[in-house]
Amino acid sequence: MHELSITESLLEIVLRHADGRRVVSVNLLIGELSTFVDESIEMYWNEISKGTAAEGARLKFRREAGALFCLDCQREFSIHTPEFLCPACGSARSRLARGQDCYVESIEVEEGSP
Amino acid sequence: MSATRVPVVEKILSANDAIAAEIRAQFDAAGAVALNLMASPGAGKTSLVERTIAHFKGECPVAMINGDTSEAAFDAERSQRAGAFSVHINTGGKCHLEAAMVRDALRHLDLTQTRLVLIENVGNLVCPSSWKLGAHFNVLIASVPEGDDKPYKYPKMYAGVDVLVINKIDLLPYTDFRMEYFRRGVETLNSGLVSFALSCRTGEGLEAWFEWLRSHLRPLGARMAGEQ
Repeated sequence: MHELSITESLLEIVLRHADGRRVVSVNLLIGELSTFVDESIEMYWNEISKGTAAEGARLKFRREAGALFCLDCQREFSIHTPEFLCPACGSARSRLARGQDCYVESIEVEEGSP
Repeated sequence: MSATRVPVVEKILSANDAIAAEIRAQFDAAGAVALNLMASPGAGKTSLVERTIAHFKGECPVAMINGDTSEAAFDAERSQRAGAFSVHINTGGKCHLEAAMVRDALRHLDLTQTRLVLIENVGNLVCPSSWKLGAHFNVLIASVPEGDDKPYKYPKMYAGVDVLVINKIDLLPYTDFRMEYFRRGVETLNSGLVSFALSCRTGEGLEAWFEWLRSHLRPLGARMAGEQ
């Protein structure tokens, strides 16, 4: 129930960077831990982008998997590993490595469009 | 007509973060310390708020901003009875507070009258973690009956906070809660996190929480000195 706010922020960022040009697609990086759901963002996007330079633009999601980093064997492993125990060495000492990012990487715009 | 790639690299919630930064500046200018209290429903957010207000109201007036998904202002009323001046935010069904809502609520609070602002977020372990509110400390209140697996199941929330309160420790003898297992999950996600194990019901452990909070309160004259 929070993807509307996110999609509104997203549209604001996209239109600002498009600077009046027609937007073809939007490249997003969504970390697995970000709590943002692709389908809901897409649904709101199709609604709120209507009548703007971004109407009909495709959202391309790149997901970043949540990963932990083992402090003992220095390997990365999935955050879905039971009890956060390193599958390689069994260590219980690990740290969150990746999966929290959530940003607009780039947009594709049509040059010469009004 | 060809398509051109325009690099953006901007966080999706950058607009919210910008408002949060404005709010932080407002708190700082007023010499007030603000906490964003997050937890699942029933973990004891309002109980901790009540205890904290009751403890501090003698030495400094406490302001409370309460976020709920409806008009029902029970929690704001509880804190008013405890001695705070409070504002209720109806999020209109939204599952979390956003910086813009807090900014609007602050129009109804005289920050110069307080040194401590408690923001009680909507009860939810998922969404509130994504929205900064300008608070100096993001505080997560966990509770024993929720179970010891919560850091493993809600990593985003545990990774993103500055302080952890473990409430309802008086119930430890009646549950299978393994404190070591719980703490190991927390340590993985948020190494060295400041934490307090306490019971709002019995009062056990509250003194350490109050002491930590007091150490972050600014002296009453701080604001004046800063302006000169």
